Order: sequence, then C-alpha cells, then structure tokens
Amino acid sequence: MTAAFFILAALTVAGTAAAMGLRNAVHCVLALTVGFAGVAALYLQLGAQFVGLTQIMVYVGAVAILAVFAIMMTHKPGEDQPRIFSSHWVVGGVVAAAVFSVLAWAISSSGTANQFPPPEPSVTVLAIGDSLMHTYVLPLELMGLLLTAALIGAVVIAMDRREETK
Amino acid sequence: MTQMLDQIFVTAKLWLMGYIPAAAKPLASAILSVVPVLIAFPLLFAITTWLERKGLGRIQNRLGPNRTGPFGLLQPIADAIKSLTKEDIVPLRADHAVHFLAPVLLVLASFLGYAVLPIGRNMVIVNLDAGVLYFFAAGSVVELAVFMAGWSSRSKYSLLGAMRAIAQMISYEVPLVLASVVVIMQAGSLSTVAIVEKQTGYTGIFPHWFVFTPWGFVGFALFMIAATAESNRSPFDLPEGESEIIAGYYIEYSGFKFALFFLGEYLGMFATSGMAITLFLGGWTAPVSFLTWIPSYIWFFAKLVTLIAVFIWIRGTLPRLRMDQLMNLAWEFILPMALLNMLVAGVWHFMPSGILRWLVCTAIVATPCVLFSARLKRKKRLQVRTYIFAD
Repeated sequence: MTAAFFILAALTVAGTAAAMGLRNAVHCVLALTVGFAGVAALYLQLGAQFVGLTQIMVYVGAVAILAVFAIMMTHKPGEDQPRIFSSHWVVGGVVAAAVFSVLAWAISSSGTANQFPPPEPSVTVLAIGDSLMHTYVLPLELMGLLLTAALIGAVVIAMDRREETK
Repeated sequence: MTQMLDQIFVTAKLWLMGYIPAAAKPLASAILSVVPVLIAFPLLFAITTWLERKGLGRIQNRLGPNRTGPFGLLQPIADAIKSLTKEDIVPLRADHAVHFLAPVLLVLASFLGYAVLPIGRNMVIVNLDAGVLYFFAAGSVVELAVFMAGWSSRSKYSLLGAMRAIAQMISYEVPLVLASVVVIMQAGSLSTVAIVEKQTGYTGIFPHWFVFTPWGFVGFALFMIAATAESNRSPFDLPEGESEIIAGYYIEYSGFKFALFFLGEYLGMFATSGMAITLFLGGWTAPVSFLTWIPSYIWFFAKLVTLIAVFIWIRGTLPRLRMDQLMNLAWEFILPMALLNMLVAGVWHFMPSGILRWLVCTAIVATPCVLFSARLKRKKRLQVRTYIFAD
C-alpha cells in the first residue's frame, strides 16, 4: 500500500466514473481509456509485466480505437447524446451494493489475498511464453483458429455490405 | 582509457549519486537517467529538421535554409522562437480540453519508448524483461493521440487525416511487430539489452548482427518499411498529404502545439529507428572489430543518423502512394512476407550451420518475394471512393 497505488487507484476510479457520467460519447471512451491505463499501471506495479503491457496494447491501443470508430460511424460528430440514466437509481444502488458486498466477502475470505507480506510474483514473461508453447500449445492453436475464423467472417460480412450498396 | 570514455556517462551518474541522501536515491537515479534522454533526442530533432531541409533542398536543386548562422545551422532555433511567439489559435467549435490534451499525449507517448532503448553499453533507462513488448505498447498510445487531435478539431480535413493515420498505423503495426518477432525467436528474449548482447561477437572482422542473415535482412527491410509508414513519412504520408487534405490531423493547430506535433512525429521516427538498430543492427556494437575502441553511444547515434539520412533520402526520392496501394502493400506483401520470415527463422534455427542453410533460407524468402511483388503490379479496376462518415 504505497502512494503510487493510491494515485493509480484514484486515476482508475476517476476515469471509469467519468466514463459513466460524461455526456459526449467520445469523451466517455477517452475517460474509459484513462481507466484502462490505470488498471494496466496497477498490474505493472504488482510485477505482472506481461498482463500490464498487454492490457495497454489491447485496450488502449485497439479497443479504445475500435470504440471511437464505432461511435463516429453511428453518430454525427459534434452531437451530444441525451442522458441515458435510468430513473430507478435506488434499485441500481442496491444492485451495486450487493455486488460489492459479495466481491468484498469473497476476497476477504480467500486465503491468498490475506497473506502478509504478499508473496513475490515469480511468473516472468519467459515462463508465460514457455507454458504457452509447451503445456498449452493445443488450446493456443485452437484459439488462433477460432480468431482467424472470426476475422474471415468479419471480412465476409463487410464485403456483402459493399455489394448491396452498389 | 577506452573503457573510461565508453562508460563516462555511467561513471558520472554513479559519482553524482554519491552526493545524494539515501532517501532520495530512487527518485534521483530516475531523474539522472531520464533527463539526458529528454535533452539528447529533442536536440537531435532540431539538428534533423535542419539536415532534412538541407538534404531535401540538395535533392531538389535548392539551397535550403542559409540565412541564420553558418550554413543556416541556427535555423532550428529561429523556428523554435517563431513557434513559441506565434498566436495559439483554437477553433471556436473545437473540443477545447481534448484539443489541448492531444499534442501533450502524443509527445508523452513518443517519449515512453525511449525507456527501453539501450543507447550505449550499460546505458538503458530500464532493462525490462518485456522490453520489446513495452516498446510496442507505448507506440500504440500514439494512435489515440492522433485520433484525439483529428476529432477534437471539428474539421473535415482533420478528421479525414486522423482516419487515414489510424487506418495506416493499425495496418502497419501488425507487420512491424511480426518483423521483430524473428529477432525475439533467435535471441530468446524480449529484453532489448539481451538482444543487443546476442549480437556483440565478431567473426573475423565482421559483427554478428542479425541483419547479416537471410531472416534478419528480410526482417530489417520489412521493419523499416513498416516504420516509415508508422511514422507517417513519405512515401506513406497520406495522413498529412499536403496537396489533398492540407496537413491532416494537426491542421487546426498553430504555434507551439503544432511544433509539439512535429516533435512527436520525429521522436516516434527516432524511437522506431532506434528499435531497428537494437533489433537488427547490433545496437551500440561497432560495425567492424578493429573499431571497438570508439565509445558505444557514438556508434548508436552514428547508426541513428545514418537511418535518418536514409529516411530523408527516401522522402526526397519517392512519390506518395495511393490509399489502395498503401493497404495492398501492407496486407498482400509485407504481412505474408513477415509470416514467411518467421518460418525461415525457424528453419535457420534447426538446420546445421553452413552454406546449405544460407541457400535454403534465401530461396524460401526470395521466391515468394518475387511472386508477391508481381502480384502487386497487376492492373486494378478502381471505383470512386465515398467516405460515409465525413460528408
């Protein structure tokens, strides 16, 4: 529990809170990106280099760009969206409190979370790569196949649309 | 003596650290490592702008800047004063906060990559286990800054420029990463320091640089093409194509913010060139064994300046690509070649060393290279493009 943790945690919470509260959809995505970056920095602080850097690469570099592209293609630029908050905020609050209490109970009753001092992480990028290429090579290949199929499917759908507009 | 000159900056840092109280040591160590990089690379940027204008002038039969100082050497200073004193104009309908943050984020993201570049023996800010991964992760933040600049300006040209820039950066990031995978496969490490150390040996007088192998040569060529596209330089300068969309995503920026975009772009170019040097050109090692007495950081910067000169030369020589040519080059040539190159790196690893290994590996890359480039040259039927989101 250092100062760095509190700064990063505050940044993450502020970013994600702003993502829910801002009116402009693009602003929301940018605020969410701050949240993503904060989570990545927290991973890095915990010594999980691979997860942290992948989080930045995938979420900040790809998902955020994808989200802004989606927004820009569906909305007219410069148009603020009306608030979409539900009026039943009491129900929402109860659900949020319930989820939080379940999570807090699960974490506090878990054995690994309460070790003090926390054990030093021993998993390096090399170890992750080794286990991906040796132990888990078949699941990895299957994932690759699945993603390739999804990619080809997306291309096929995009091509069909161009045929229609012609 | 040689040893001392080589390690002069490292010793200077250690000497300075001796005067700092123990409590402030981690912070002071970080500052002492970061500040020289923050000074050296913007200074290199200033020299590069002069070199670029002189070089382009030479190629185009002009004189280039020649009014301020000897050979126009003080031109960067004049440019800096000019951009500092210019009025900062923000479009009325622009999104002010995002418009302000975009150049800041761009420069910040461009500087991040330098943390893992070994610019000399023992001279790297952090020796991360996942250094190469970190470098590409930092590079992917640039896209977001470009989008912020283009979107927040509320201008058609900005938006079109940002769209082009992002499409280009995403397309070329894939071959950029894949081209460097071969080096990671051979070095067996993601750490930039370890990769350079793998290339330190010599056979006779020739160094063990990765570029002097079939897969290394192909990887280096692909990496440099992708790096040119990543840094939006000619012939891949569609995002800022002056004759079509004026200056692309930063058209609505003036004064010092414009200078920041300029700085960010060049810093990105230096960082990817530095990465190319680290991965393929042996980092800070000397090109021949009898010149190892020259300090390591001088070699790094000499290689960097050489690559910059090549960039300037290409900019003065090649015309701009069309959008479809740009995308076809990425997806039909560079990407399959990069994938094939990974196969070659594997074959190279498992074959016994000798002339046969060279022949087999060269054949595997050379044949498809000819085939793919013949495919690229085909005539294509083109239709009028419509931009559905920028009418």
